[in-house]
Amino acid sequence: MENRYSFGGDEHIFVEVNEEMSLEAFFKSLSITSAVKEAEIKGVTEICPANASFQIKFDPDVIHPDDMLKELKSLEVAAEKAESRIATRIVEVPVFYQDPWTHETLMRFRERHQDPSATDIEYAARINGYDTVDKFIEAHSGAPWFVSMVGFVSGLPFLYQMVERARQIEVPKYLRPRTDTPRLTVGIGGCFGCIYSVRGAGGYQMFGITPMPIFDPNQEINYLSDFMVFFKPGDIVKWKPIGREEYDEAVAQVEANTFTPRTHDVTFDLGEFEKDIDGYNAKLMEGLYGN
Amino acid sequence: MAIKVNNPGLATTIQDLGRPGYYHLGIPIGGAMDRFALHCANLLVGNGEGAACLECVFMGPELEFTEDATVAVTGADLPPKLDGEPRATWTSFKVKAGQVLSFDFLKAGARAYIAVSGGIDVPVQLGSRSTYAIGALGGVDGRAIAAGDELPVGSGAGAAEGRSVPANMRRMPSGAVELRMLPGLYWHRITKEAGAHFFEDTWKVAPECDRMGYRFRGGRPLDFVPREQPFGAGSDPSNIVDACYPYGSIQVPGGTEPIVLHRDAVSGGGYFMLGTVISADMDLIGQMQPHTETRFVAVDMDQALKARKERHAALDEVRAHLS
Repeated sequence: MENRYSFGGDEHIFVEVNEEMSLEAFFKSLSITSAVKEAEIKGVTEICPANASFQIKFDPDVIHPDDMLKELKSLEVAAEKAESRIATRIVEVPVFYQDPWTHETLMRFRERHQDPSATDIEYAARINGYDTVDKFIEAHSGAPWFVSMVGFVSGLPFLYQMVERARQIEVPKYLRPRTDTPRLTVGIGGCFGCIYSVRGAGGYQMFGITPMPIFDPNQEINYLSDFMVFFKPGDIVKWKPIGREEYDEAVAQVEANTFTPRTHDVTFDLGEFEKDIDGYNAKLMEGLYGN
Repeated sequence: MAIKVNNPGLATTIQDLGRPGYYHLGIPIGGAMDRFALHCANLLVGNGEGAACLECVFMGPELEFTEDATVAVTGADLPPKLDGEPRATWTSFKVKAGQVLSFDFLKAGARAYIAVSGGIDVPVQLGSRSTYAIGALGGVDGRAIAAGDELPVGSGAGAAEGRSVPANMRRMPSGAVELRMLPGLYWHRITKEAGAHFFEDTWKVAPECDRMGYRFRGGRPLDFVPREQPFGAGSDPSNIVDACYPYGSIQVPGGTEPIVLHRDAVSGGGYFMLGTVISADMDLIGQMQPHTETRFVAVDMDQALKARKERHAALDEVRAHLS
């Protein structure tokens, strides 16, 4: 992997760590952006890590773009040697699959879909080789997902499934993006899962909805009182399938401000993970559920 | 003091110079689409240059003042009227308690900035008063202003009446526009011919043009260099593994209609980009109306930095003139 550098106008440097997605590329992007943060380079105004790339915004009145490029390239070498280990947390996120709200929305946008005769989840199950939607849900919620980028809008997490590549779910985005997506929709586009933090446009296939808010600009929700955005890169998510009753219960708890997501602090080690993916995930679950 | 909103106009929002520092969370810098016009409006009424103003698009609001103030309207040529009497744009004027500010039809440009002495004093969120409606941040409850709102205004004596930015110091598109851009990002994904067509063709601003981005139509579709799509990108040749989007970057979903991302940009996504409009031309985009004919012009970094210096110098000229 060699980094590809490109200027985004006179205020940004864009760095592609790898054309394709992998956790190795993510960790390299994360370690370089951490190094950039620590280096406190004068003129840097924004540091944005992404899935397999990252972007630096800078003020060219303070530092010449060529000098910024040199600084970044010098940090790349140090970041190469960094360990692929991070202290992070695992979070259980309840999902009501095939809920009525995303169903209503997907029906409204059927003409923009690859397969207007099926629902998003039926289509995703079929093209990924699952006989039934239930088996697809098992595959979606059976192994944890890694937050590999936060962005698009208002703290929306992009998630990368922690299984070997052959088992990873992949679906295309809608043929034309929707103009509407319910808030807290859980979906996938390409290999990336996401939770739509707010209502709005979107192109990912929609599978369900979570009762758990992940963005609160007023910071009134107890677990968002420190900061309005819940997720950060490196967080690990475990989907928990729930039914209508559990969903309604959780929504009531959110309204009463008594809902708190189940979380557990962990150290994630990419090397150890890759040696035995399923075994490593099982240990992560033990940490989360304490059994 | 406060300003009563009798009629909000089309999509009038409170904007200042934006909230840098949160793009990595998908919260964009926001702020005035035409920063030069916002600076000028504030200078005219004696505010700090980053004070919050009203940004209105295509149509002005109707506002009732509860106390005396100094007001200036810059940016688009949207003629102000005080109790029905015309007032000049780019020029400060006094408003007395009880008077009503309204606007005539738009004559040129797209976005006008209304500065009031003391600045619009809504709460600061993440360092800015700018309205970011998608994230429900800033402005009045995170939304555009609405009839019945009372906008709080800070205290400030206000500058004298009749201060003016001379016509030759303003900047407004008249007729076709050239947008300077630095090719790059995923430029290598399109064929050489497609790259040539992109600059040869005349594009037109599509009706979908807002604070998030400007869409363009009318040029030839782009051809892509054949490749096997990388894992995780999605099957369309215009898809990439979701990445960050620079402000001003030009993405072309499906290779058909370029979209230039603006102040309320989505911070990332899965479409390739072929370059970035230079910082000096971003204000200009905010003043382009739908159907405006547009050519994209390739420049290099030296030219981009030179243009940036010229924009700084233009603002310095206004500051010197008004000091």
